[in-house]
Amino acid sequence: MYEAARRAYEDAGVNPRTDVGSFITCAEDYWEGFGIFDEFTPDQIGAVLRPACTVTGDGIHGLAQGVMQIQSGLAEVVAVEAHSKISDLLTYPGVVQHAFDPIWNKPLGGHPYYVAGLEMASYLEAAGLAERDCAAVVAKNRRNALTNPRAAHGAKLDVEDVLASPPISTPLKELDVAPLADTAVVLVLAAEARARKLASRPVWIRGIGWSSDSPALETRSWAVAKYAEDAAKMAHRLAKVRVPSKEIDVAEVDDKFSYKEPQHLEALGLSKKGSTAKGIRGGRFDLGGDLPVNASGGSLGCGNVIEASGLHRVAEIALQLRGEAGRNQVDAARTGLAASWRGIPTATGAVAVLGVGR
Amino acid sequence: MALDSAGLTIDDIDAVVFGSAPDAFDGIHMKGENVLDGCGGVGKPYVRVFTGGGTGVFSPIAGYWHVASGMFDTVLVVNEEKMSSCQPHPQSVFGHIWDPILDRPLRPNLVWIFAMEMNRYMTVHNVRYEDVAAVAVKNKRNAVAHPCAQLADPNITVEDVMNSELMVWPVRRLDISPPSDGASALVIASEDVVRKRKVESPVWFAGVGWNIDSTMWTDRDLVFPEYLANAAKMAYKQARIDDPRKQIDFAEPYDPFDYKELHHMEGLLLCEKGEAPRLTREGVTQRDGDLPTCPSGGLLGVGNPIAATMGIKVGELYWQLSGQAGQRQIPHEVRTGVTNAWGDLMQFSSVVVMRS
Repeated sequence: MYEAARRAYEDAGVNPRTDVGSFITCAEDYWEGFGIFDEFTPDQIGAVLRPACTVTGDGIHGLAQGVMQIQSGLAEVVAVEAHSKISDLLTYPGVVQHAFDPIWNKPLGGHPYYVAGLEMASYLEAAGLAERDCAAVVAKNRRNALTNPRAAHGAKLDVEDVLASPPISTPLKELDVAPLADTAVVLVLAAEARARKLASRPVWIRGIGWSSDSPALETRSWAVAKYAEDAAKMAHRLAKVRVPSKEIDVAEVDDKFSYKEPQHLEALGLSKKGSTAKGIRGGRFDLGGDLPVNASGGSLGCGNVIEASGLHRVAEIALQLRGEAGRNQVDAARTGLAASWRGIPTATGAVAVLGVGR
Repeated sequence: MALDSAGLTIDDIDAVVFGSAPDAFDGIHMKGENVLDGCGGVGKPYVRVFTGGGTGVFSPIAGYWHVASGMFDTVLVVNEEKMSSCQPHPQSVFGHIWDPILDRPLRPNLVWIFAMEMNRYMTVHNVRYEDVAAVAVKNKRNAVAHPCAQLADPNITVEDVMNSELMVWPVRRLDISPPSDGASALVIASEDVVRKRKVESPVWFAGVGWNIDSTMWTDRDLVFPEYLANAAKMAYKQARIDDPRKQIDFAEPYDPFDYKELHHMEGLLLCEKGEAPRLTREGVTQRDGDLPTCPSGGLLGVGNPIAATMGIKVGELYWQLSGQAGQRQIPHEVRTGVTNAWGDLMQFSSVVVMRS
């Protein structure tokens, strides 16, 4: 947290003790192994005796709170922090299981990823995708990660490798699952006038949205990512994006499981339902394609960083829009989108639309 | 109840904010997700904010910025706490809030550290225990007219408090609020909605503030809550209050322990450091005094369902300022009230100033 905060403040040219008006950490007690993790946030990020709080959500939820704090005049500069120290957690499946409904679902037992297996089957059937298409997503993202210095799980894989990996919960296979990783991400937000005066080249948040479908596994939508649809609708409305598939140049969308990338692309309006398989097979979402998706390597390539997933991907989009994405740079990217999902068993996600220039 | 009182249905609500303290009380990971159905959050922008014990007055602040940003017109804030499912006592959950290397091996609990803070406060300012106990007496008596009161007692005396069981010196049983179950909800609407719907006697957010101190509570002088003074200054600046003692008519300081009301009156800059016990002794903080504090009955009288104390604190500001507090109504006219909550490791405070 300290290291990420230090780098972010340096990049933005701000002193946290005098310039940052509000600090937001995104964390959940059970991921951390603490009750009231909020206690342990101020010292590392320079927030001692300053306004600071915790949002128990994904990094983009935290980002949204920062945006509203700035728009309401409560703060001019906001620092948003999210992290994963999941390597400390020896009982990851047990903690995920602990988020299930304690009466209806938790007693069923089993590795919680069975929910992803069921959802994948439901989505593939509804959307007309093959397991092979999801395997292609894995190969793409892990390949992209090879040239991203921030990615922990870059690999040269082909579709057959993924298809041949051991089953987790059919049709979900081992390589369809993003491996876990540790990280910390800090972003500095500023009101427009202030941002223009700061040292760093600003990337604008054009729109932001967040939404939740029902937590009940029995009644929520399985084939369609309703939360992502609603969150995107809000973000696109605020950003005045009318045809997302044409206006978005680069996208980072949640891919904690391979099938989530195409499912999210459809919900976000980035790929027409029914044409996603064709898009994947034709390389539309590859680096160098018409709409590069997860050029960073995504969660499959960088690792699943839990609540930091969304904020990490916003940072990757910011780098793309600033032309600082190195070997993964997408040409002439001026508008980008980042979308998150909080993972199993939630149906909660958030979307940010970012841009540079006027 | 909140929607009914606002004349709205859940379909009129644009976004939902949820507040609750540690997940371990419910024994559910990501409890914000688990309860979002019950909060009316399905299909809406929904978020949970969490600042430990400070959540009761913090989630309404988050609700405020949802509206003040212009992003939403109507926001429902829902807070809950269910401590009774922790057996034999919810204190066990607090075993996990400590630094795992420096604190946990000492097996501290909350009464233990608050006793240190109370003792420090009493020692530095030469405070008599009777003056601290008088806060518990006042609040438990004030709570008599509160429909949710758990420990209201019209006949309680300072002697009763002084003779109650010693927990951790100098803290006695009646110095402490009880563990409670509870839920509260609040509707926050934009000025446009309030005017269009012709809401009668609306109450306005005039200022909000929040602040956190270092995790290292052992490195601080516990005699004065600096973080609260900072949060109060932030809220007062927004509310254009430069002389809180004159411009604030009543207060709902957070009172999980009786000494905390005194501590918080000073942190809220409503009196000089060390002066709160004298004001209490002289009756200034009684319901009919010059600066009524905890007219609701507070946590000491009503109960302490941590985040759900929003209903006791921000709720009381609303009822008092809109003239709906019934038998609890302060007899003279009040136009500006302040409340705070307190949380984390004696390190965080949230402050809301409201006006009629």
